[in-house]
Amino acid sequence: MTVPQEPQPPSPPADASGCGRVWFFRGARAAISIPALILTAAFVGYAGLARESGLSLAETLAMTGFVWALPSIVVLTGAMTSGMGILPAAFAVALASVRLMPMTMALMPLIKVPGKTRTWQLLVASHFVAVTAWVYAMRNLPDLPKEGRLPFFVGFGAAVSGFVFCMTGIAYVLVDRMPPMVAGALFLLTPVYFLCSLWGAARLLADKAAMIAGLVLGPVFFVLLPGLDLLWTGLAGGTLAYLATRIWRRSRS
Amino acid sequence: MQTWWGPFAIILIAGWIATDVWRWIGVFAGGRLREDGELLIWVRCVATALVAGVISKLVFFPQGALADTPLWLRLLAMACGFAAFLSLRQSVIIGVLTGVSVLVAGWMAL
Repeated sequence: MTVPQEPQPPSPPADASGCGRVWFFRGARAAISIPALILTAAFVGYAGLARESGLSLAETLAMTGFVWALPSIVVLTGAMTSGMGILPAAFAVALASVRLMPMTMALMPLIKVPGKTRTWQLLVASHFVAVTAWVYAMRNLPDLPKEGRLPFFVGFGAAVSGFVFCMTGIAYVLVDRMPPMVAGALFLLTPVYFLCSLWGAARLLADKAAMIAGLVLGPVFFVLLPGLDLLWTGLAGGTLAYLATRIWRRSRS
Repeated sequence: MQTWWGPFAIILIAGWIATDVWRWIGVFAGGRLREDGELLIWVRCVATALVAGVISKLVFFPQGALADTPLWLRLLAMACGFAAFLSLRQSVIIGVLTGVSVLVAGWMAL
């Protein structure tokens, strides 16, 4: 019905859905990548952590599928094992996942075709916003035609999360039969992975300062204020890092 | 929360809603909030410190098989992994492999 504003190769409406499907599968194929493999390994490590924390297989998989952001998942696991109430737990998880908002905001202009893309399509696509898919999308989507970007991104996200979902389940079942050394190595995988990827994602000095503050304060608050230690670590460490780097920025400019 | 659905209620409310709400806000706010505004810098600081706190808790107070290893070995493995990550073009995969290898090597040597 709508006439394209810019001169484009004519594409009959019947082709449009088929075209979307093609881009969806191209996105799914592009998901076979090194970053996706690293993410899978991190979730395999998480499966071990979840089992040790006393979560059932169904709970582990529900978390993987519904939350789909490993930092939030690890925070929620910690909150559940320390017996935190549902509201403090929600607060801690919400604090850990605020960064998804600016990430989603930055992605929207890339995948939205003004006047054509429906809001519900964007809401579905937004569930796949997590570090791995986002970094890949920001780097590669601009090279694709605008109509293909949304189905490509959804295909990529669905393929990565589907594969990771299955591997997490398999790892959960197998971790019990692993020798303790392999299981121990798997448990260490989560913190090393986060230490590296969090530092790699830090763009400002404030982010790095906040990371160091959190590393130091985490165990301190765990001993001093068990239960709500995660919230205190985030609020105190983050505010401290923000204020310190802000003063430093002002004094230099 | 002793019922079978208790944990799932926590996962849905404290996990799914608490996470996806930011993605939804991101969809609707798209472009209206400045990414480098002071408020968002602070918010990112809080989020980063919180996740960093989780990381160091996992190393200082581990559960399961990892709890059998001495603290110095876990710290050494983390430090080696991070050093390898920094020195080799910030490659996460090299950092992870180095950290895990140091842990396993030290564990076998003990």
